[in-house]
Amino acid sequence: MADTSFDILIIGAGPGGYVAAIRAAQLGFKTGVVEREHLGGICLNWGCIPTKALLRSAEIYRYLKHAKDYGLSAEKIGVDTAAIVTRSRAIAKRLSNGVGFLMKKNKITVIDGSAKLTKPGEVQVEGKSAGIYQGKHIIVATGARPRVLPGIEPDKELIWTYFDAMVPKQMPKSLLVIGSGAIGIEFASFYRTLGTEVTVVEVLPQILPIEDEEIALHARKRLEKQGIKFLTDSKVIVVDKQKDQVSAILENNKGAKQSIVAERIISAAGVIGNIENLGLAALGVKTERGVIQIDGYGRTNVAGVYAIGDVAGPPMLAHKAEHEGVVCVEAIKGLKPYPVDKNKIPGCTYCDPQIASVGLTERRAKEGGREVRVGRFPFLGNGKAIALGEDQGLVKTIFDKSTGELLGAHMIGAEVTELIQGFVIAMNCETTEEELLHSIFPHPTLSEMMYESVLDAYGRVIHV
Amino acid sequence: MPVNILMPALSPTMEKGNLAKWLKKEGDKIKAGDVIAEIETDKATMEVEAVDEGTLGKIVIAEGTPDVPVNQIIAVLLEEGEDKSAIDSPKSLSAAPEKKTARLEEMPASNAMATSTPTATVPKQASPTNGKGPGGVFASPLARRLAKQSSIDLSRIRGSGPHGRIIARDIGALDGGATMRAPKVPSTVARLTEITAGMPDEKVRALFAEDSYDFLPHDSMRKTIAKRLMESKLTIPHYYVTMDCEIDELLNAREEINSSTPKTADGKPRFKLSVNDFVIKALALALIKVPDANVSWLESGMLRHKHADVGVAVAIPGGLITPIIRHAEEKTLGVISNEMRDLVARARNRKLKPNEYEGGSSAVSNLGMYGVQNFTAVINPPHATILAVGTGEQRAIARNGKPTVATIMTVTLSCDHRAVDGAIGAELLAAFKGYIQKPVGLLA
Repeated sequence: MADTSFDILIIGAGPGGYVAAIRAAQLGFKTGVVEREHLGGICLNWGCIPTKALLRSAEIYRYLKHAKDYGLSAEKIGVDTAAIVTRSRAIAKRLSNGVGFLMKKNKITVIDGSAKLTKPGEVQVEGKSAGIYQGKHIIVATGARPRVLPGIEPDKELIWTYFDAMVPKQMPKSLLVIGSGAIGIEFASFYRTLGTEVTVVEVLPQILPIEDEEIALHARKRLEKQGIKFLTDSKVIVVDKQKDQVSAILENNKGAKQSIVAERIISAAGVIGNIENLGLAALGVKTERGVIQIDGYGRTNVAGVYAIGDVAGPPMLAHKAEHEGVVCVEAIKGLKPYPVDKNKIPGCTYCDPQIASVGLTERRAKEGGREVRVGRFPFLGNGKAIALGEDQGLVKTIFDKSTGELLGAHMIGAEVTELIQGFVIAMNCETTEEELLHSIFPHPTLSEMMYESVLDAYGRVIHV
Repeated sequence: MPVNILMPALSPTMEKGNLAKWLKKEGDKIKAGDVIAEIETDKATMEVEAVDEGTLGKIVIAEGTPDVPVNQIIAVLLEEGEDKSAIDSPKSLSAAPEKKTARLEEMPASNAMATSTPTATVPKQASPTNGKGPGGVFASPLARRLAKQSSIDLSRIRGSGPHGRIIARDIGALDGGATMRAPKVPSTVARLTEITAGMPDEKVRALFAEDSYDFLPHDSMRKTIAKRLMESKLTIPHYYVTMDCEIDELLNAREEINSSTPKTADGKPRFKLSVNDFVIKALALALIKVPDANVSWLESGMLRHKHADVGVAVAIPGGLITPIIRHAEEKTLGVISNEMRDLVARARNRKLKPNEYEGGSSAVSNLGMYGVQNFTAVINPPHATILAVGTGEQRAIARNGKPTVATIMTVTLSCDHRAVDGAIGAELLAAFKGYIQKPVGLLA
């Protein structure tokens, strides 16, 4: 009989759960993790990683199409949808196996099945490893799933969620994407690059609604130039499924209607927490608006029950889940970690052009009553960007005018998702503009634009 | 190298003070522990003691200088073997609070300091790019800047960051979060103050003939009283509950106790109780009995105090001050009485330390000795209530359907409605009345 009693029992082996499990094992806790489907959760299997694999295929395809610009020739460039998907799936599989290896290495018990809290300190598992398991501390890390819009229920054939959009049998000729958040925009970018006619509908006036207005506008112009159509302030009110295509009626905020026919729809109207069938209500665990309520250390209102990641609320991002998992376990150990500061969680969108940000947007900083200094630096002024043939984009920084606190950074352009971390560290170290201005950025790199943006905020920009 | 003597912070919130008096002259020999100067703050005069020994080489800030920022260099001490020429090199006067570091020596001299203008500002401090500061203060750059902007001495702050690093929120916690609060829109108080500031000075002066008045500039106590009470009345929703208390029994008990007080060796009574001592004790016990009234209002929540720290408004020349009797519920009337006598005496000489008048959860304001029958008092935050005590006088009252005469003291409790609702305020006052009318309970 396998072990059924743990110091820390984690429900869900996504990026939040498995990282929490490893940290718990490092701290000497006897640790178990219950997983109903596959190690690594959505992130590794159906989210972050496989989509990056797809987008890489699209990116290389784009490079090849522009080979001439770089003095190269490439002919008969084709798209093998099945091979693109196979590569993406193989990468997901490889990483999921990697998590399995990490669990073994750290002597973490993996329990296959669906878990339900039955009473404090006890979980009932159904499935392959069915049984009753004890955990002195139980961490709920069950993640989230696509939000389903009424009347636009996904059917895997014509109306897709990200699951289906990740494994197309062939490229649709036309696509309607509902929602212009990170998921919607990444798929729009992927399919458009590979030749699909893409329309994106967004209920809000701004695409990428959580991003800085200026950056979102920049993104919209670039994506429109690539041929993506945006319908903002609009929503889909009726869908009519036909043979191998869908006809949708859209209505904008002024009440004007229009009809769009597309081969497929991707519903990317956000994700919602997996809080059902966990026995939360019976135990009195407080949930609100579909997510579990926690403090900065993942503690719910019920002693011994914790929650991390998507199921504990936005921003629903893998790296936020991982960090919450670590903080939660360290707090259980009594290590006094910092509570999670949601203001310093970066967000990245891997469309072409890439978008990355951390902290407050200009509008939110001002709405918060801050007086700000804003710095901007365009890719056009950066030698490395021009050499790469990527001279479009912007790095924007926002400082508190009186204290020099870096309040936010927003970027769009090539490789910005790899750059943003510099500003994240700066914010966590509580640097002011002075330390950033003292730092030497290597030449020639794209990172010099970060420096120039700070210079610009203080009226000292050099290369424009 | 000469040692700089800095304007000390006498309390965590102190930003500046007046250099009232120098007790040593240039050239005087000084030992550690010698009192060298007196600093006047809002409410108290404090003595500055020398930490090092040497010769007072130069007085940088002349006596009588108002509003000297904390950490300003006020004088320079010469160590053994140094002569005055050491001071005149700009290097030595350019030093920032942390002394004797190569880094600071490299800084250009601040003009203000080199010419030792009395109103010189805090010398510009280098902002280290790493956490380890020149004097060993370990703080984030943002924390350093916030501290500098609020004239907070970082060396007095315990850091909550990694390895004890001082981070921005530690500064925020110290000043009540003011610098951390995101919205910088003018507060209600600031806006109301603007509105209620009234006519400009010159317009008021113009209403009176020039030789018809004396002009008395405000001292810092007057400014503090004005600011704090204005703020209190503008931001705290005051309401009032009044009760009449019969104090004949109390007066009898007082008479009896005072006439039989044990004597000290030199024949003086050990204590002499006043009515006010009974009032303090009765209020303290009432606050313990009604814990929901023994609170301080914070934006984020309520502080419910475990002891009754009762302030007592004391009129002193030029203003008033409210020293605190701490844990008054645990103290005997004799102890309270003697403590009050000491606090009042030192308050009159402005010798109270900030920790003797800061804090508390309620206060007593007694105008009975002036014959005032009834009045209302202004709450002094962080208190949630204040008890206004009138004179004890004989009044005709009805008892059991018949007129009779009793000694009545009318008391009015002002309550902060955010913290203490009407029923709680009434409960507190009823508890007070219970204790004051049956003084036996106060004698424990």
